[in-house]
Amino acid sequence: MATNKKQDNYNHQGEEVPRKSAIQRRTLLKAFAGIPVLGLMGLGVLQKRSFDKQQQHAIADELGLGKIRLSPISRHTAREKGELIRIGIVGFGNRANQLVNALGFMHPEDMELKQKNGALDRWLGQESLNIAIVGICDVFDLHAERGLEAAGNRINSSANDVTLPVKRYRHYHEMLAVKEIDAVIIATPDHHHAPMAIAAAKAGKHVYCEKSPAQSEDEINELYKVIKASKITYQLGHQIPQNFIFQQAKEIIQKNILGKISLIETTSNRNTASGAWIRHLDDKGQAKPGDEQSIDWGQWLGGKPKVPFSIDRFYNWTKWFDYDMGMIGQLFTHEYDAVNQLLGIGIPRSVSTSGGIYYWKDNREIPDLLHCVFEYPNHELTMLYSATLASSRNRGRVFMGNEASMELGNAINITVDSNSTRFKKQLENGTISPSEPLLTLNPNSGNVDAVTSATEKYYSSRGLTDTYIDGKLVDVTHLHLKEWLDCIRSGETPTANIERAFEEGITIVMAHRSYLEKRTVEWDPISRKII
Amino acid sequence: MERHKIWTKTQLSVLVSLRFLIGWHLFYEGLSKLLSPNWSSAGFLSESKWVLQGMAEWIIGNSRVLAVADLLNTWGLIAIGIGLIVGLYARTAAFVGAGLLLVYYLNNPPLIGLEYSIPNEGNYLVVSKTLIEAVTLFLLAVFPTSQFIGLDVLRVNFRKNFSN
Repeated sequence: MATNKKQDNYNHQGEEVPRKSAIQRRTLLKAFAGIPVLGLMGLGVLQKRSFDKQQQHAIADELGLGKIRLSPISRHTAREKGELIRIGIVGFGNRANQLVNALGFMHPEDMELKQKNGALDRWLGQESLNIAIVGICDVFDLHAERGLEAAGNRINSSANDVTLPVKRYRHYHEMLAVKEIDAVIIATPDHHHAPMAIAAAKAGKHVYCEKSPAQSEDEINELYKVIKASKITYQLGHQIPQNFIFQQAKEIIQKNILGKISLIETTSNRNTASGAWIRHLDDKGQAKPGDEQSIDWGQWLGGKPKVPFSIDRFYNWTKWFDYDMGMIGQLFTHEYDAVNQLLGIGIPRSVSTSGGIYYWKDNREIPDLLHCVFEYPNHELTMLYSATLASSRNRGRVFMGNEASMELGNAINITVDSNSTRFKKQLENGTISPSEPLLTLNPNSGNVDAVTSATEKYYSSRGLTDTYIDGKLVDVTHLHLKEWLDCIRSGETPTANIERAFEEGITIVMAHRSYLEKRTVEWDPISRKII
Repeated sequence: MERHKIWTKTQLSVLVSLRFLIGWHLFYEGLSKLLSPNWSSAGFLSESKWVLQGMAEWIIGNSRVLAVADLLNTWGLIAIGIGLIVGLYARTAAFVGAGLLLVYYLNNPPLIGLEYSIPNEGNYLVVSKTLIEAVTLFLLAVFPTSQFIGLDVLRVNFRKNFSN
């Protein structure tokens, strides 16, 4: 098989013995034969990196994005901690649990679970907001107790914060009467939002209220009037503008990269029982606890028609129009807020809604397929909302301009229009392809949260859960609450203020009425009335 | 023992070239992971099917384990790649590399009935490029060349001189 030639004889196990014991030049050459390959590769890597960088810059310059920050940095500047703010929470369900986490508190059981999953570190790193939770109000004993346990347990016990005793209140009026409470967070079912926010503002308490702001035109008008007349800081629970990606989207729109935006498509895509608000069973399929002895049913119903106690209504309240507006109130509100914060479109001139109960054949009143068309002739654009509870096919939130379109979720994708005039030259010479995104900003790429439910993943995909600041994963709700608290201390106006809440409230009531009345509902901007 | 099998220059050159090429591939795979700060093996692992699915899920479900897996993966690939190119502990590098690639393969084997959401760049049935690369590394491990071309020459020499 082989020929013997001078020193080029090699045995299988490397038994070649140099003729002299000293290492010869030839041996050295053989030993270092791989180094040039390594050098060649190093050169290749450097060339590739500079090429990639150049191309990224070329595209960014092409788009006029030269000054857009492509990597997240903090827009939230550290402030003086200010005075301690004492908070009361009304309604302690799942959302309130997330809110107290964002405030720096966590139920011991949740902490243990997160510790086990290795997910506690990011919470330990959360900035202290210098607040104390001093009151929990819930009509259900079990929820109230859970709230008390969570509110008494700081995530970061090393923080030098004041810990005050937490008291349970059986009625929110009792809580509002307490002088030692500065601010309230309302996280009840929607039918309580406006009455509670109004009562709280009248009692001089600052308000953080979950969406939606109100259930009817009269309610939203009343809420607007009372908040405007008060000195309190009102923040609606729409955390999306706090997402870093959202700030980038704002810059992209301000730089007019998309051209004239005339169509915006927003969607909701869910396909689970929990996503369709069937939530009376726990993870193991067992009925969740609760009965007339432990739940103050009369108070839960509030001003709504008296019906016998129902565990179905208690846990799955979203299914009934008495307590909310279904997908319009629960999901579209976030979509609307994202668009309104970016474009400032306000109240539409008209809304047409259609839909029906096509999939979830239970006792629900709310449609599971729903389509709303919002016309804005003054802004020369149409906003669509297309929602389903029977398919989770991912449809994004897309802003369509004549030059390019932008998909905005937890990432931004910009795709140039194939018939764009501004990018005609680049499209022709092939620098830009209309078939793939020109620019993708995704600070979250490659990272997954270890313990998220399908519903949380849905919110995450829409930019509603986490964001990256200075390379750190931060809860968006934490930032939204922080903005509210900062504004309480400084007297500034928060992002989701009462003006935005009013616009949203009117818009969703129009969409809802259009569905119920099966007609196009209009807004009269002169009389400021729905017609 | 076949301790005196002799290779021709051509045979050695082809084997060394193969070592360089695979070394290059693995080194760059590791390097590009190192250079993209947001890279994580979670995406790959979430696609895991077949016998290693359970382990992959455990890794993803545990952020610390995931971080360790990412670190080992990145630096493992870099070390194996460099080892193969410069020929230092190249036999060990080839063995470990073969094992690592086999783990990749076993996470996403193109078996009948297993569907992946990430599209393949080719058409495979049972055999994929990863499997071929793994076996090729085994080949390089059982036909070691670094004692002739590579830093292992010095290592062997040194050891020999030292024991003499």
